[in-house]
Amino acid sequence: MTVIAFTSQIFLLSILAGMLGALTGLGGGVIIPVLTLLFGVDIRYAMGASLVSVIATSSGAAVAYVREGLSNIRIGMFLEIATTLGAILGAFLTARVSTHGIAIVFGVVLLYSAITSFARKHDPVPGAAPDRLASKLELAGTYPGPNGLTPYCAERVPLGFGVMFGAGTLSGLLGIGSGAVKVLAMDQAMRLPFKVSTTTSNFMIGVTAAASAGIYLEHGYIDPGIAMPVMLGVLAGSLTGTHFLVKARVATLKAIFAVVIALLGMEMIYNGITGRI
Amino acid sequence: MGKPTDQELDVSVAGMLRFGVTLSALVVLAGGLLFLRHPWSAIPDYSHFRAGDSSLRTLSGIVRGAVRLSPQSIIQLGLILLIATPVARIAFCVVGFARQRSRLYVLISLTVLIILLFSLVNSIL
Repeated sequence: MTVIAFTSQIFLLSILAGMLGALTGLGGGVIIPVLTLLFGVDIRYAMGASLVSVIATSSGAAVAYVREGLSNIRIGMFLEIATTLGAILGAFLTARVSTHGIAIVFGVVLLYSAITSFARKHDPVPGAAPDRLASKLELAGTYPGPNGLTPYCAERVPLGFGVMFGAGTLSGLLGIGSGAVKVLAMDQAMRLPFKVSTTTSNFMIGVTAAASAGIYLEHGYIDPGIAMPVMLGVLAGSLTGTHFLVKARVATLKAIFAVVIALLGMEMIYNGITGRI
Repeated sequence: MGKPTDQELDVSVAGMLRFGVTLSALVVLAGGLLFLRHPWSAIPDYSHFRAGDSSLRTLSGIVRGAVRLSPQSIIQLGLILLIATPVARIAFCVVGFARQRSRLYVLISLTVLIILLFSLVNSIL
């Protein structure tokens, strides 16, 4: 294939991936199966390009979310201690662990989160007894809900922190944003409102990815010929994708989110079993 | 100036992020256009992983290459700017929380900053 054909095709597909990533809080991780399955690119180059695109998605979309007052800077910052430590562990492990097994485990995690996202249909009822650790760490806030500003407070903080460490490890291990697991930690474990979870997840993805990006670069996973069209495309896509999130309803978002992560999960498991990843 | 609220801190941090992402995208785009000056040449074999030239894997090598206007090095330089953007955001938050007199969150954001710098210094420097 010629340089121009390869670059332009990957650029266009990356725009789609960026829109999907911003829409679902998944980041640009969907680019990995695209690069490996459609273009036969080695998984390590795909992981490097994905990790870079994940930083672009997160940072590029932050401006729109912040204006809407949806993300929580304190909850994000506190949980980043867990995700960055996990990301360094993941990036350290990635050169040493078989990617077949990891892909299967990752697929299972994605499928699990797709199923559980249907289990609870509504945001938690405000006014529940405040969690003591969450109050001490100031992990509370308000968000613009359907009936005006709605207060919320995090629950089960140690569980959320632990799941976040796992999310960071997966991010470093696979070069993904692991937004699905981050949303899981906040939405399901800490019982935060869904829109607060997705936007705070997006806020955290870039910082988590930055913790392993240096290690990826040092290992040679970030190839300029692949990373360039992926990063520019995903960035363009994520900037247009965020316009939908603010307007979309939670139920619609959850449905899109669940279908995307279920498909990705099955793809990861299939490729892990057949030894392609 | 008074103590900034979380919302104001959010907005100023978002502005910084936009600057960092725009700058890195422009550098990557410039490198990309130079990279495409031979559009009909064949792509390298990406189906098998090779770690590649060490000059594209360390900060000093990338900067030296970018000064010589090597397209690949310019792209990598843009990507390093992109990687640096979230790190700068955390540094920005440390200052913001300090102005809020929020000792707890100065400590928390400093911890995140130290973890990030530790990772970067140990890899690409």
